[in-house]
Amino acid sequence: MSLRDWPIKRKLTAIFLLISGLVLLLTSAAFVTYQVVAFRQTTLKNLSTLGRVIAANSTASLAFANEMDAREILSALRAEPHVVAAGLYDKDGRLFARYPPELPRDALPGAPERDGYRFELGYLIGLEPVAEVGNPRLGTLYLKSDMKAVSRALWLSAAIGAGVMTVSLLAAYFLAALLQGWISQPILALAETAGAVSTRQDYSVRAPKLGEDELGTLTDAFNQMLGRIEDQDRELRRHATDLEQRVEKRTHELQERNEALRRNAAELLAANQELDAFAYSVSHDLRAPLRSIDGFSQVLLEDYAEQLDEAGRDSLRRVRAASQRMGTLIDDLLKLARVTRVEMRSELVDLSGMARDIAAELQRTDAGRQVEFVIAPGLNARADPPLLRVALENLLRNSWKYTAKQPRPRVEFGSIEANGGQAFLVRDNGAGFDMKYMDKLFGVFQRLHSAAEFEGTGVGLATVRRIITRHGGRIWAEGAVDQGATFYFTL
Amino acid sequence: MNPGKILLVEDNPDDVALTLRALKSNNITNDVIIAEDGAKALDYLFGADGGTGPEDPPAVVLLDLKLPKVNGLEVLRRIRSDERTRLLPVVILTSSDEERDVIDGYSLGANSYVRKPVDFVEFTQAAKQLGLYWLLMNRPPPTPRR
Repeated sequence: MSLRDWPIKRKLTAIFLLISGLVLLLTSAAFVTYQVVAFRQTTLKNLSTLGRVIAANSTASLAFANEMDAREILSALRAEPHVVAAGLYDKDGRLFARYPPELPRDALPGAPERDGYRFELGYLIGLEPVAEVGNPRLGTLYLKSDMKAVSRALWLSAAIGAGVMTVSLLAAYFLAALLQGWISQPILALAETAGAVSTRQDYSVRAPKLGEDELGTLTDAFNQMLGRIEDQDRELRRHATDLEQRVEKRTHELQERNEALRRNAAELLAANQELDAFAYSVSHDLRAPLRSIDGFSQVLLEDYAEQLDEAGRDSLRRVRAASQRMGTLIDDLLKLARVTRVEMRSELVDLSGMARDIAAELQRTDAGRQVEFVIAPGLNARADPPLLRVALENLLRNSWKYTAKQPRPRVEFGSIEANGGQAFLVRDNGAGFDMKYMDKLFGVFQRLHSAAEFEGTGVGLATVRRIITRHGGRIWAEGAVDQGATFYFTL
Repeated sequence: MNPGKILLVEDNPDDVALTLRALKSNNITNDVIIAEDGAKALDYLFGADGGTGPEDPPAVVLLDLKLPKVNGLEVLRRIRSDERTRLLPVVILTSSDEERDVIDGYSLGANSYVRKPVDFVEFTQAAKQLGLYWLLMNRPPPTPRR
């Protein structure tokens, strides 16, 4: 685990220990060093004192070259166990006496070196000049002391130092362990709260604030944040429930509307079917009596022609005409109803071709008349073919009819641009109509001419309009009396 | 004139009278059997209560569609499904111009479909043409042997 991932407690404790340890180490090191240096100095001082004393005592022996005395004096060094070797040299530098007596010759230097006290190779060497005050030098005293005292002292102080350090470190550890809580506790509390919030998604918990320091500020901020999150969470939940309710309501509404639509559709279907049955019986039942009226009127005309005068015959003729007209009206109405009922297809229809067919048929049925047909080629549209044929037939037949009184009748079929789309037109130069009555033009049974002028039931244009409307198109007309009429339509 | 009989299945007495008159005025003197409804028509053709029907079946049946009891299309179906009358010429003569009726009529095997016009003069013309065609020009199927 890398240092960064240590828990805070451990980090803090480690820091304390490190610092305390370092301080203690430095202090101990200083202490020990001081001890060593002091001890060396003391040792040196002691030895130099000893050296001077012995040297002072050895003057007589050197002056009188008394070896035995010299040895005796040197043996006084026994008192100082640390002196391992000593020697007296005469003024020529020859070894005069040695201590301890059994010391081998080469343990001492052959000739004395310079005076002074110095540390050499782990020993303290001292060379003291032997001379009486004011007199020339008699010789040199050589002293060699070991450093065991120093070493012991060193070890002792080191041991003391180590002991103190250990105890201190332990104490520091415990103190650190205790006191680090001061810092880490708020942090841990915060961390725990955060952890609890995140695992349980419970935004109502708050971290305890344990002081006014930066951690306190952090805790405050954290708690505020939690408060805001809690509020937002609540808002969110409320909105979600709200939304759910609204969605449910809307779905419900939609369902109801769908139901209503379905019901409407069913009703429409039923109505259409009723209409079907109605139209069927109309086409049968209404015509039968008409047939009787017409038929027996004719019978009267034929069988009782002599008994009837011209007025009588005329009346019967009118009766017949009326019943036949009613038959036509019924037929036209049925056609109009059929237009609404029938299912529509959508195909590409060649309007020009259709117009030409109709024109040819009109020409055939009334070969006596010569009408000029101008049909623009290449006109197509998407439409229901049979319905469109009915519409076009109606329009062209109208033109045919209403140009009957013209010397040079002309019927035109073409197209123009209107309102960004294509509009088709049927134009004639026949009787036309007064624009004042334009509203009535497409009404059922509405006519702008009497039957004497032009025959017709007034259903044709209504039929055309219904067809065009079913195709989603528009139909309108322009005209002037005796100057022809133009009918425009879009699909 | 073909001695064949005409079976006129028609419920409207006015129409019956007018049809008879129209035929007469065109010198069509064949016997005309009238059946006022579908049941009577079937009775005549197949014999009431399991009888054997007429010795010589009619040369043509003029069949109206809207009839009480058994309607025209049902009569047609029965005619076409019986061996004895399967080939019998049937002309549907009706006021109805409904496409559905035309389709049904032909689907069930009618030989012809004529719409009765309101104009009596036209009606007489139609009767004449029907009579001339079906009784004179048309060769009826042979009478099936018993």
